[in-house]
Amino acid sequence: MSGTRLWGRPELYTSYRQDMALLNTGPKKVFVGVLLLVGLGLPFLVQDDLLQLLATGCVAAIGAIGLNIVTGYAGQVSLGHAFFIAIGAYTAAALSGDPDGGTIGFGITSLPVWLLAAGLTAGLAGLIVAPLAARLRGLYLAIVTLGLVFIGLYVFREWTDLTGGPGIGRQAAVPDLFGYRLDVDGTFFTRSQKIYLLMLVLLVIFALLARNLVRSRTGRALAAVRDRDIAAAVIGVDLTRYKMIAFAVSSFYAGVTGALLYIITGNFVPESFDLLMSVQFIAMILIGGVATISGSIMGALFITLLPRITRELPAVFPFIGDASGGGITVYQVEAILYGLLIILFLIFEPRGLYGIWIRIRNYWKAWPFSY
Amino acid sequence: MTELIQSVMRGLGSGSVYALLAFGFVIIYKSMGVISFAQPALMLAGAVLVTYLVSGMNFYLAVIVAAVIVALLGVGIERTAIRPMIGKPVFVISIITLGIDVVVREVVNGFIGLNVRPIGDPWQLDTRMVFGVEVQVRYLAMFATTMVLVGLLFLFFRYSRMGLAMRAAAFDQEVALAQGVSVGGVFALSWAIAGALAAVAGVFVSTEAGVDQNLWIVALKALPVIILGGLDSLGGAVVAGLAIGVVESLVGTYGVDVAPWLGGEFALVTPYLVMMLVLLVRPFGLFGTREVVRI
Repeated sequence: MSGTRLWGRPELYTSYRQDMALLNTGPKKVFVGVLLLVGLGLPFLVQDDLLQLLATGCVAAIGAIGLNIVTGYAGQVSLGHAFFIAIGAYTAAALSGDPDGGTIGFGITSLPVWLLAAGLTAGLAGLIVAPLAARLRGLYLAIVTLGLVFIGLYVFREWTDLTGGPGIGRQAAVPDLFGYRLDVDGTFFTRSQKIYLLMLVLLVIFALLARNLVRSRTGRALAAVRDRDIAAAVIGVDLTRYKMIAFAVSSFYAGVTGALLYIITGNFVPESFDLLMSVQFIAMILIGGVATISGSIMGALFITLLPRITRELPAVFPFIGDASGGGITVYQVEAILYGLLIILFLIFEPRGLYGIWIRIRNYWKAWPFSY
Repeated sequence: MTELIQSVMRGLGSGSVYALLAFGFVIIYKSMGVISFAQPALMLAGAVLVTYLVSGMNFYLAVIVAAVIVALLGVGIERTAIRPMIGKPVFVISIITLGIDVVVREVVNGFIGLNVRPIGDPWQLDTRMVFGVEVQVRYLAMFATTMVLVGLLFLFFRYSRMGLAMRAAAFDQEVALAQGVSVGGVFALSWAIAGALAAVAGVFVSTEAGVDQNLWIVALKALPVIILGGLDSLGGAVVAGLAIGVVESLVGTYGVDVAPWLGGEFALVTPYLVMMLVLLVRPFGLFGTREVVRI
């Protein structure tokens, strides 16, 4: 069954397993390897503040992969991602929080424990919402999940014992990996370097898990549900079951994201989990590429780095002022860019950054011929 | 009793705002099958326009001018960003409207600034006796205006040629096209109506406390309203809008006494809770058309 590869015939597969392999072509292996090496080498090349941003990007990428599983692969539009992220964030923060502090805390600082707990709690919340979601389709579902965000915002604002209340917030989870603290400067690594490496490793793990999920039987079932749910039901896909799986897995990823996201800044307030956060994640997968794992990562990094890019704009375009001056400010440009990018990508390149990559790849595949 | 009537009247006032917004949502949904998330931005634009216009002209005239301008803005958006996307999945178009919302809102925010802009309405805090109870005039004005507008629109859909064309296009676009209906014109008109209604709703909302950058959040409450009424039911939008307004107002008045553990601002989330409860029983809202599925 394993089949053999012929030298110089990269696209000749002699077995199904080869075709479905994780890295099914030579260049893919090379590129992924190089990217990983660059990723691991970055802490020693770039400044700490940029490193923090990249770490945020890695965490956001985990969340974007989660959203892509439910929205991209299973086709169930969810605007409620911020709600599940919040559940993860508060589970992790409460578990690892100081028992004697002002907010609920249990003092379990071990990273694997609270990370899993955050994911599982959020996943459970996803399972609870799923039966409602399984009955609804399309835009009805989008609005119901939007309602979740508002209900969540209210609960987190009122439940000050857990969240610290609006404007004050609480300490994020304490990352303690088998006794090794990741959120303090060490002898070899600075705080930012350690956190970045942690996020990168976790991103690779979760991306790999997601990639394996979507190329499995489950992933094919999800795609069938997305493409034509009734046809999927006819060929034996249990709709409710797979919608629930999609929601649970997606929420698990969201929970993990929430738990990790605020380690970088250290403190978080309940009003951060608003509609804007959900829209940002939607933007990540739309700009990155719907129903692709690599696209989710590209989109997440792009959206996270966008503020940094717009910060540089006043130097190039003198009519854009900084926060103090009159006229149009960088913050306005940033917000407008979100909207414009979503619109432009959807109109001109619906496959997102992933689609642009495919185009570049296909161009060079046949180079110097046009096809 | 006095408290109850006042609460209900307040609810009808804010409910008519939701009804106006929901009406716009439903008109767009019926014509192109898309939920336009750009409504909050259009509402904000309308309110802001009035705050500027009112310094130079009569308030009522300012509202009409603002409604016309926002209607044109709606048509412009439809023409440039929505029309090229016809035939794409509705979810994609809806997300585009989300992007438009962000862009328009950000531009409008530039005109609001950090302070609250007064809307300059003639009602202020005047009250009038209704059933022996003092009720603020602006709630009466909101309710009456909404009823008149909705009534006119129903007459328009029922009796005018264009209204018939819109109903035909909502029923089946291709057949309507074959009968000579300009479906593009229908799209443009539905965006114009939705924009004008949103502008009027924006003015009503800002009689409360002027226009600031957070005003748009009110418009999102029209989303549970349209789900509750049924996405494709105009009548449902009005009924559900008023119902949600009244429920919200009642919870705001009595919620603290009945269930203090829910917190003081529980009324803010009641629209969403009502929506979820109703959807558990009726997945297509109270008056929505049940979707017939076939392979």
